[in-house]
Amino acid sequence: MFAFNEASEKEIEKILGKYPDRQSALLPLLTVTQRQERHISPEAMVEIGRRLDVSPAYVQSVASFYTMYHAEKVGRYLILFCINISCQLNGCDDLLAYTAKKLGIEVGQTTPDEKFTLLREECLAACTGAPMMRINDTFYEFLTPAKIDEIIDSLE
Amino acid sequence: MTQILFKNINLEGLATLPVYEKHGGYRGLKDAFKKEPEELVEMVKASGLRGRGGAGFPTGLKWSFLAKDVFPRYLCCNADESEPGTCKDRELLLKNPHLLIEGMILCSYACRIQTGYIYFRGEFYDLAQIMEKALGEAYEKGYLGKNILGAGFDLDIYTHLGAGAYICGEESALLNSLEGRRGEPRMKPPFPAVEGLYAKPTVINNVETLCAVPYIITEGPEKYAALGTEKSKGTKLVSVSGHVKNPGNYEVVLGTPTREIIYGLAGGIRDDNELKAFIPGGSSVPMVPASLVDTPYDYEGLQAAGSMLGSGALIVLDHTVNVVEATHRLVSFYMHESCGKCTPCREGTRWLWQILSRIMKGQGEGDPIDKLNDICDNMSFKCFCPLGDAAIAPVVSGIKHFRADYEEFLQKAAAGAAG
Repeated sequence: MFAFNEASEKEIEKILGKYPDRQSALLPLLTVTQRQERHISPEAMVEIGRRLDVSPAYVQSVASFYTMYHAEKVGRYLILFCINISCQLNGCDDLLAYTAKKLGIEVGQTTPDEKFTLLREECLAACTGAPMMRINDTFYEFLTPAKIDEIIDSLE
Repeated sequence: MTQILFKNINLEGLATLPVYEKHGGYRGLKDAFKKEPEELVEMVKASGLRGRGGAGFPTGLKWSFLAKDVFPRYLCCNADESEPGTCKDRELLLKNPHLLIEGMILCSYACRIQTGYIYFRGEFYDLAQIMEKALGEAYEKGYLGKNILGAGFDLDIYTHLGAGAYICGEESALLNSLEGRRGEPRMKPPFPAVEGLYAKPTVINNVETLCAVPYIITEGPEKYAALGTEKSKGTKLVSVSGHVKNPGNYEVVLGTPTREIIYGLAGGIRDDNELKAFIPGGSSVPMVPASLVDTPYDYEGLQAAGSMLGSGALIVLDHTVNVVEATHRLVSFYMHESCGKCTPCREGTRWLWQILSRIMKGQGEGDPIDKLNDICDNMSFKCFCPLGDAAIAPVVSGIKHFRADYEEFLQKAAAGAAG
């Protein structure tokens, strides 16, 4: 069973007021869903399609195009580790391996307690602060092993 | 050092309306509204401002292409900053959101537009929140909404978030994404100025481009055009990253020697290493060898050096880098971001990645350099959108200038096979 919670409903009302065409609200609604559920389930796609007058299959075709919508549930903390050129030049590969080891998972996996998911990410537009990662909505720059320890250990 | 976009950038509270206003923000709107909209378009034309997102198309000219007498029209601000190496728009949006709003108001008035969207890449959720707050302040003060400053002009601006797709920085893919579709590029023509968002005339400009407009309108286009070179007017934000001592976003007058940016503003190469190469305009432009470090940082100078100004992301590589490894990383990016719509890009990026991977593993067979060049040749100008040409830029330029780096891997492979 899928249902939007109260906060999401409020958000959706605001979103629908932005566009002359309801279909434009598709990405925003998927984003609301991803933030509420930490993944996009087939049930959610049915509900989104119902709201916007598009088929669930269409919702799926759009959702599958974008990397920020996850079919599998991600952890409470989603760690996106930038591996693109500026970060590569500043040693991100070793830091990513360090982070994976620290969390006891492979890159691409979620910890068994669903606390962390660690993903390799393309450029996040913080190249002058390389190496960097994004955890949920926060950017962390100029990473070192000590800094990674400090950040990850501070998360509840 | 002339600072237009970054003037006051580190001022505390600049993202709030009172501080922005106190330092001259929104000051030019009243006078601008006394002019005919077309006059503003002419002013932007006269300033010589060119698009700062990557393509460098003259901004005023773009505005003048809007289909006549067709309404409504839309403005889409491209805040999908995703070009590897580029992070200048992020700094503007983080610290000075009102500058963008003011630029969008002026553009909308000039082009008779009543609805604007800011398309943020999905990962800029934090910036969209900051912008929501700034928009709220602007509405409250009467800079947005109905009958702005009593001038009889209405404008609404909304934020919109993408969801992780580099290709949505391409303008027609951005429009598809904003309409709730897969972010695949559209056939052109029709260009967005004729049939854009919801098939209506649409202006699409990069964040930095729109942020330059308030200065041009308030201070006059002559003052802006007095900066820079004949074909590259004004200032440009440059994101300097990679192997420099002081990475950062710097505002430079176009035409500044690249050497001054790398060795002056960015403090030189880390550990005082030797410069090997630089990528002057983001990952989509050809790399340039260190011997050309005195190239003026402007559109025509970098073109003469075999590259492009692009988005203004200057990525610096020191002598410890093997260019094949850097190229492999970039090609991997393009393979991941190819939307799959056209064959040369979808297949070509994967083949390039596979061959580069083999070279690095010492498994290159036949003449892999020839094969790479051949694939690039079959992609060049044959893809549906510029992503394919972007993908081959590091490969072609890397082979041209740093063939020895490829030979190094190939010799290792040959020695392994012989031994």
